[in-house]
Amino acid sequence: MNDKHLKKYWKKNLSYLLILLSIWFVVSYGFGILFRKQMDHFSLGSFRLGFWFAQNGAIYVFIILIFAYVYLMNKLDKDFDVNE
Amino acid sequence: MSVQTWTFIIVGLSFALYIGIALWSRATSTKEFYVAGGGVHPVLNGMATAADWMSAASFISMAGLISFMGYDGSVYLMGWTGGYVLLALLLAPYLRKFGKFTVPDFIGERYYSQTARIVAVICALFVSFTYIAGQMRGVGIVFSRFLEVPINTGVILGMCIVFFYAVLGGMKGITYTQVAQYCVLIFAYMVPAIFISFQMTGNPVPQVAFGGILDKLDGLSTELGFTAYTAGSKTVLDVFCITAALMVGTAGLPHVIVRFFTVPKVKDARISAGWALIFIAILYTTAPAIGVFVRTNLLENISGKAYSSAPAWVHNWEKSKLIQFNDKNGDGLIQYYNEQTADAAFLQAAAAKGWKGNELVIDQDIMVLANPEIAGLPAWVIALVAAGGLAAALSTAAGLLLVISSAVSHDLLKKAIYPQISEKSELRAARIAAAVAIVLAGIIGIYPPDFVAAIVAFAFGLAASSFFPAIVLGIFSVRINKEGAITGMLSGLLFTGSYIIGFKFMGWPKENYLLGISPEGIGTLGMLLNMGITTLVSYLTPAPPVSVQQMVASIRIPKGASAASDH
Repeated sequence: MNDKHLKKYWKKNLSYLLILLSIWFVVSYGFGILFRKQMDHFSLGSFRLGFWFAQNGAIYVFIILIFAYVYLMNKLDKDFDVNE
Repeated sequence: MSVQTWTFIIVGLSFALYIGIALWSRATSTKEFYVAGGGVHPVLNGMATAADWMSAASFISMAGLISFMGYDGSVYLMGWTGGYVLLALLLAPYLRKFGKFTVPDFIGERYYSQTARIVAVICALFVSFTYIAGQMRGVGIVFSRFLEVPINTGVILGMCIVFFYAVLGGMKGITYTQVAQYCVLIFAYMVPAIFISFQMTGNPVPQVAFGGILDKLDGLSTELGFTAYTAGSKTVLDVFCITAALMVGTAGLPHVIVRFFTVPKVKDARISAGWALIFIAILYTTAPAIGVFVRTNLLENISGKAYSSAPAWVHNWEKSKLIQFNDKNGDGLIQYYNEQTADAAFLQAAAAKGWKGNELVIDQDIMVLANPEIAGLPAWVIALVAAGGLAAALSTAAGLLLVISSAVSHDLLKKAIYPQISEKSELRAARIAAAVAIVLAGIIGIYPPDFVAAIVAFAFGLAASSFFPAIVLGIFSVRINKEGAITGMLSGLLFTGSYIIGFKFMGWPKENYLLGISPEGIGTLGMLLNMGITTLVSYLTPAPPVSVQQMVASIRIPKGASAASDH
């Protein structure tokens, strides 16, 4: 297993982390805290959107993020042949 | 049959189940005792992690906290779930590949230093003991309310059960009982929630139903001098910092991290975190709904009504002093309002109506426990809630116990003080340590210090400012060395520790908060401080030895993870 190959694998892993953690940050700290008042101008059913993200919505997105990561990494592990 | 009888039956059955599982899953090796042999299926592991994570606080107190805090309660909802993303992406897979048994193990080897290991052990012990104190107290309270036994008897009963399945089965016994406990607790939480949701809104899905009554609740709140429910009263920066401290702290708690050492493969560790969050989210997305329903009920149906015609549940909880009514103006009506509001006009109007102060004091812990009674559900459901609360407390207590016992037998004895110890003796030492820890935890549960909740905030701040940075930097940077890590961990600890001790235990005034950040949120700054100092000191001192750099490179690749043992 050569070094450059593993370096490429790691770089790809880091890029996935960057994207997923950015979404993590935006959906919780962004929509639910820092920009909550602005988000409240929009509605989801009878919920104001900022409040909804803070109390429910961020959690749903967290779950999706983890499973997205699992899917991406399983594929990456296979592509780079670092599977167990 | 009375609630008490039903409680004896249902709680008794659940305890019999846990004991049965413990007998089936006797640990026979240190690998089984510490990490369940490494062979737990990821979905079951996720369920066990969820039960381990959701303590008495999540089950009993959280919905009540949210109902009193409104929007501000979001710090707990996001704070106690967001950390799982950090665990799945930044920690779990790499620690699983590392393949050893404990968090201090990782710190000790990554930073090639017994000092670092000992610092980690001390932090782990402190965090776990403080947390366990809260659980044993919670067990005592549930027992005392539902079985009408003294709190101390309840604590001792709880201790005996945990003792049995933790000492016998170690992590294996704990994991599979946690799976059972998850089933009990989630059923116990959801049944009353669905019923109340349906009763109050006609919609049985709590997560959807509670939106419709928010406007009404905001109105009811402001009429009684409280801030609007959806508004909250903390500053944006404080909410940000508390949420971050809780998220990062979650990902730094040893008893949570160790749950990812128990699955067969690295990719199982990743998906197990996903499953854990799904199981946790079922409760966590329901909790704000319960908060809204119960608060609306309180403001609409209790406040302003005659005391003599108050529903039975109010009088029931008065018996345990968790609701207190004091008719200050002698009119026989319950005045429940915010007498501490800064709104002078409101207070004038209240005085004009003949109100002489708030008359109803409610312990927020009862919001969940009283839920089934409020919804008029039958006695067996109430007993089920008791069993659920106990399941939540005992499952968390067991997980903490495992960390404490392995810190003593593995990290201190085997890895530091007495490396020649045989496997059999280490296993025996682990069991003895678990037994001693349970007794100590029980004593703390019987004589709790006043400041248990503050200490748990301390535990999170510590995990956020010492463990989390040390582990994450250790995985993602090869250059971080032992000098950096140790100074970083100690700085984070000292900064966060003194801030919390100063403001929460020594009474420093709130006006002196740094940037308005409360002690619950200071762990975030502590974490940043730790990262800064760790990086600075690392670059000023020699790089880690090549063997450690190779270890770091190896844990980044799933291939070659140590095999699980047969189940």
